[in-house]
Amino acid sequence: MAHAHVKRYSGIMDWLTTVDHKKIAILYFTAGGFFFLLGGLEALLIRLQLMYPDQHLFVGDTYNQILTMHGTTMIFLAAMPLLFGFMNAVVPLQIGARDVAFPFVNSLGFWLFFAGGVLMNTSWFLGGAPDAGWTGYAPLSTDAYTGRGTDFYVLGLQIAGIGTLIGGINFLVTIVNMRAPGMTFMRMPLFTWTSFITSTIILFAFPAITVGLVELMFDRIFNGNFFEVSKGGNVVLWQHLFWIFGHPEVYILILPAFGIISEVVSTFSKKRLFGYSSMVFATILIGFLSFMVWAHHMFTVGMGPVANAIFGIATMTIAVPTGVKIFNWLFTLWGGQIRFTTANLWAIGFIPTFVIGGMTGVMLAVPPADYQYHDSYFVIAHFHYVIVGGLIFSVFAGLYYWWPKMFGRLLNEGLGKLHFWTFFIGFHLCFFPQHFLGLMGMPRRYFTFMPGEGLDEGNFLSTIGALLMGVGTIVLLVNIVATSVKKPHAAADPWDARTLEWSIPSPAPEYNFKQTPLVRGLDAFWKEKMAGNKEMTPAEPLGPIHMPSPSILPFIMSIGLFIAGYGFMYRTFVVSIIGIGITLICMLLRSVFDDHGFHIEVEELQDKGAKA
Amino acid sequence: MSTAHHAAGALPHEPEKATLEGKNKILGFWFFLGGETVLFGTLFATFIALRNQVPEGPTAQELFNLSTVALSTFILLTSSLTSVLATMALHRHKLNALLGWMAVTVLFGLAFLGLEIYEFTEYVSEGHTFTSSAFSTSFYTLVGFHGGHVLFGVIWITLLILQGMKKGLTVVTAPKFYVAGLYWHFIDVVWVFIFTVVYLMGKVG
Amino acid sequence: MNVSRRQFLWRLLPLIAVMTFVLTGCGDETLSALKPKGPVAHEQLFLMGLSLAVMIFVFVVVMAIYIYVLVRFRKRKGQEGIPKQVEGNHVLEIVWTVIPIILLIIIAIPSVTATFNQARDLKNDKDAIHIKVTGHQFWWQFEYPDYGIVTAQDLVIPVGKKVAFELTSADVNHSFWIPSLGGKLDTNPGMTNTFYLQADEPNVYKGECAELCGASHALMYFKVNAVSQADFDQWVNKMKAPPAVVPASAQKGEQLFKENCMSCHSVGVNGLSFGPNLNGFASREKIAGILEHNDENLKKWLSDPQGVKPGNKMVLSNKLTPEQVDELVKYLDTLK
Repeated sequence: MAHAHVKRYSGIMDWLTTVDHKKIAILYFTAGGFFFLLGGLEALLIRLQLMYPDQHLFVGDTYNQILTMHGTTMIFLAAMPLLFGFMNAVVPLQIGARDVAFPFVNSLGFWLFFAGGVLMNTSWFLGGAPDAGWTGYAPLSTDAYTGRGTDFYVLGLQIAGIGTLIGGINFLVTIVNMRAPGMTFMRMPLFTWTSFITSTIILFAFPAITVGLVELMFDRIFNGNFFEVSKGGNVVLWQHLFWIFGHPEVYILILPAFGIISEVVSTFSKKRLFGYSSMVFATILIGFLSFMVWAHHMFTVGMGPVANAIFGIATMTIAVPTGVKIFNWLFTLWGGQIRFTTANLWAIGFIPTFVIGGMTGVMLAVPPADYQYHDSYFVIAHFHYVIVGGLIFSVFAGLYYWWPKMFGRLLNEGLGKLHFWTFFIGFHLCFFPQHFLGLMGMPRRYFTFMPGEGLDEGNFLSTIGALLMGVGTIVLLVNIVATSVKKPHAAADPWDARTLEWSIPSPAPEYNFKQTPLVRGLDAFWKEKMAGNKEMTPAEPLGPIHMPSPSILPFIMSIGLFIAGYGFMYRTFVVSIIGIGITLICMLLRSVFDDHGFHIEVEELQDKGAKA
Repeated sequence: MSTAHHAAGALPHEPEKATLEGKNKILGFWFFLGGETVLFGTLFATFIALRNQVPEGPTAQELFNLSTVALSTFILLTSSLTSVLATMALHRHKLNALLGWMAVTVLFGLAFLGLEIYEFTEYVSEGHTFTSSAFSTSFYTLVGFHGGHVLFGVIWITLLILQGMKKGLTVVTAPKFYVAGLYWHFIDVVWVFIFTVVYLMGKVG
Repeated sequence: MNVSRRQFLWRLLPLIAVMTFVLTGCGDETLSALKPKGPVAHEQLFLMGLSLAVMIFVFVVVMAIYIYVLVRFRKRKGQEGIPKQVEGNHVLEIVWTVIPIILLIIIAIPSVTATFNQARDLKNDKDAIHIKVTGHQFWWQFEYPDYGIVTAQDLVIPVGKKVAFELTSADVNHSFWIPSLGGKLDTNPGMTNTFYLQADEPNVYKGECAELCGASHALMYFKVNAVSQADFDQWVNKMKAPPAVVPASAQKGEQLFKENCMSCHSVGVNGLSFGPNLNGFASREKIAGILEHNDENLKKWLSDPQGVKPGNKMVLSNKLTPEQVDELVKYLDTLK
């Protein structure tokens, strides 16, 4: 039954109150994209300082602030939001759903992340950014050794982290409960599978960092003794807590990327994914193993040979399911009809790059070798190969692939190829030499190096590569702007693809599916196309579609915690109480005033050309 | 999607699971409890790592009075029982019994909190404060977080009782009552672990 | 040339260019892990090489399939139709699961062996030199308990003998790394870590801090002076000997030192102090770990320590006048 009051906003209010997963996806991409540029700027400053030995552009604590914010921004404020952008834009469409399980909570997740990110970056203007590295090791990160900057790290990450956690729960419930009829788990597209496993990892990994940050906060603000050695505290405890979160975190980053590659490679070779069941099993195994290896970040901490040996071997085992995936992608391409669209160029560029990152990963898993590699530029090379070469390349592939579904326009292919080549070459030029810099004795987080030690050429080349990556990023921005001024003209299925999102118009209508589709097999849309149908068979008659109402409460709740954060950072607890109070009151309002949503009537659907 | 809440006549058998929203809320809450399990697990791991680090202040053996703690445990376990009775009333569609048992649960929760506050003030006067040692910080953090969860539960269930009085038992309100019951059982299970790991193991040394 | 082969070369060229540049030399004799100067570093380089070789084999196999696939199956102009849809292949799945497992076992066995080998505790080994290392913000303290010597910044060890280290920190986490001699081990407050290294060639090797520890983390170098046994014994005797008489020209400086510096720095006494022990300071390679050791730099360091090493703990309550600095330098130059 239709509700009398249909609250519909426009303009800024529309974006502040939206609970529509497609709009939330765009919010995540915009904010994540902005922070990616910020993190990229911080990277360029680092590389400029290291272009020549003994420079004085950014030294000492200033340099430590830049490197800390580069890492923290890129991982928490750029990579994770971009992935949530994809999960929001694509997963409900791929499973034939009309939205996620908890649209309100979805919006809350975004605004919390944004509040945390903004809070952390205001530190630049309020006495200095955090400077203890994105890993924030105690006791350097306690208030005995670092100033208020680290408070911004603790509170900012805590607030953003809550957003991520609830986002994870949201996708878990969505995927379990809201698949279209006929879509069994083993008929879900790989991107949905990887989103599912990623969400599981988020659920179990984020509480560990939540506790770690609480303990650091208690030590800093309330004189606790978790990491206070003179009172019996233990500094290695921080490292365990951080990495029990931190290692699964990097699998949170890479699994959705693997999902994107599976979709893109499959579509652009016109073949189903080779070894689907193995791919699913490998994803699950990687997710499980990701919790078993955290101490390989701590080989030099002094845990002893038994611990080091166990974690070394456990780490090596992750190479097996990962290798399975690489081979399955290669054999998807085998026998296909490969189209070199920009999206597929990125996927193809991903393969050798990620493999190199995986190779150095196995090398790092050898504990005595790691005693040399650890905390040197070798490690920096490794993780940029897997995160940039793995995750960012996949993000670019996904952008070019799903842009038409999100915006109704296709990104320009010419500019796309220019973007690819400049960024790809720049990337290898930047990070390949860093393997050697590390082996030749250059530690990480060093704001300078001495001349005449063989480190000059590698650092110089690396900076040139970074500048080239910057150029590539600018080309992408130009492409986005140039595309956005065009009128939307993309077809529903511009790539002749295989999964459900391509069976609806581009951009997707507000309600996604006029009628929930009936799924008859893996690659549901392709199956229909091969049977000669132009559209999906509906699983329900045409009827009014129930939509959730927009709400300003998530935005206000995030402001509440944002305010509370400042209260804690400035030790003015009245402000914290007020901030938390605002959030709690909004929760109460949400509970008391039930959202009955609104309906889109059949006539509106029929206006848009639906069949009765 | 669902129009059942407007239908006149009997509520479905498990009203909390009658709608997609209800099913989503329950599944989502189970996942949330999974995350909370890791949260408390991490706090337990920290406590176990630091429980013998007492350069200053009294030790666990000196501090803990098992009879007080046994009483708190009995109270909390009983409140879990009354919470089960509330859920059974929910399934029998008996609103007044549901609200009544929830109210009793809240009272037991408040009693538990009162005892805990009393216990903490005793400790403070004996020199076991938040800042005394690594042991004391981790003790207050773990047990305090649990107490905070009990407090949140007490407030939440009270507000639900008020909502229940106003809106009655429907397929919209049923999931809220059910999920609050799950929460209450969870914090009870956590308490069993606290009783064992903190107090019993602390006393034994 | 068709598109894909061109693409392939475009990718290969920068890699080759880079490798030509960077691989020439493989680094500095006294700093590079690729030029091991002791048995621990040698064993670690061997493991690096073994794992790299196995991984290169995997890379070559992957790239062979990759290049073949991209060339052979790219869509040609006018090509229509739909390729055969292949579900999978059980045999292949088993092959590319089992072979990587075997390759990993090949890497794992020597890795585990070396892990235990390098963890041997030499605390009670009478043939080893025992040194206690304490990391500070931003300098290194070295104590030789068997000889009753305390020094800082320059570590002197005899060639050909195992050196057993006990590592800890006075403040935050640091990491003790001498790449030429072997991998690193962290120095953490509240705990002691142990490992051993050995130098097989006399030289002055570079040591670095390898855990972010504050503003001057990048300036916390130390030197490792590996010398013959005879030279080492001579050094030990010199360090244990009572301090030489201070010549008249340096006595003003000595007085200034006693007034301003002795609260943190000890001289002529082998005790632990808040700041580096300055026994034998004049013979050290560097000043504050980073400046070339000469009078001009010493004056620079004493006049503005924060400018040289931001965040370091040498904060003088009264700033010294240039004349006072000169006198101090004269005195410090006598500490051979």
